[in-house]
Amino acid sequence: MATVEVTFTPLPAHVRTARLVAAAVARRSGVDEALLNEVRLAVGEACSRAVEAHQRHCPAEPVRIEMTDQGERFVVVVSDHAPAAPGASSPPPGANGNGAGHRGLIEVAHEEDGGDLGVIPVGFGLAVISGLADDVHVSSTSVGVSVRMSWPSAITA
Amino acid sequence: MDLKLGHYNKDGIEVVDVEGEIDVYTAPRLRELLIDLVNKNNYQLVVNMEKVEFLDSTGLGVLVGGLKRVRAHDGSLDLVCTQERILKIFRITGLTKVFGIHETVDAAIAAKKLEK
Repeated sequence: MATVEVTFTPLPAHVRTARLVAAAVARRSGVDEALLNEVRLAVGEACSRAVEAHQRHCPAEPVRIEMTDQGERFVVVVSDHAPAAPGASSPPPGANGNGAGHRGLIEVAHEEDGGDLGVIPVGFGLAVISGLADDVHVSSTSVGVSVRMSWPSAITA
Repeated sequence: MDLKLGHYNKDGIEVVDVEGEIDVYTAPRLRELLIDLVNKNNYQLVVNMEKVEFLDSTGLGVLVGGLKRVRAHDGSLDLVCTQERILKIFRITGLTKVFGIHETVDAAIAAKKLEK
């Protein structure tokens, strides 16, 4: 059973609440203060991706977050019920936190053609997550996409 | 906290002050402001992010979009930021190579004047 479980209507306004809850539960679970900002950002990215997918495919369905204190790891799973978009089921190759795998937005910046403001390449949010959490698994099934992230917990026997 | 936006002109350069959180909910407001400034012929922009508490990939997308808009008019968009937690997302996405990032608004304006 998850330590804390949250479901929310897929609206951008609720993403902030989700990441604040995640940071609070992470702190309570013993995650180092220095990592809390990464937890907050990664959970926000995962929830933003899920909200966008739900708004496109199933706006009446809630987004689910499960946060579990597993002793040595603090685990967060963000699940949606939308079919995976092409390229959304895995971070771009080479995404390893040093910038090497995050070419998408750089390429957009250097494109000559217009492109609307705020257009983010598919999978970019997942690439950011992979730069923030040392353990990220994205699974795509017939019922939706789950992003599982974990961080070390300070309470390690 | 929510997002607060303001802007002023200094030495012919439009400085945008951003305070609060830039995420999937608030980023559209920053996008609208940048579009509005460009539509009013402001192509030299400095976005002051010293009071930004949170920035995600949606916010990065808006800044990249703004950069593209001003570049289409031979302009530039520089940032002011010294906060490590905000700089980190620019580093992991490689965008430190795309934006000029300065420690103060005055330094950003001085750098822009040198470019001219």
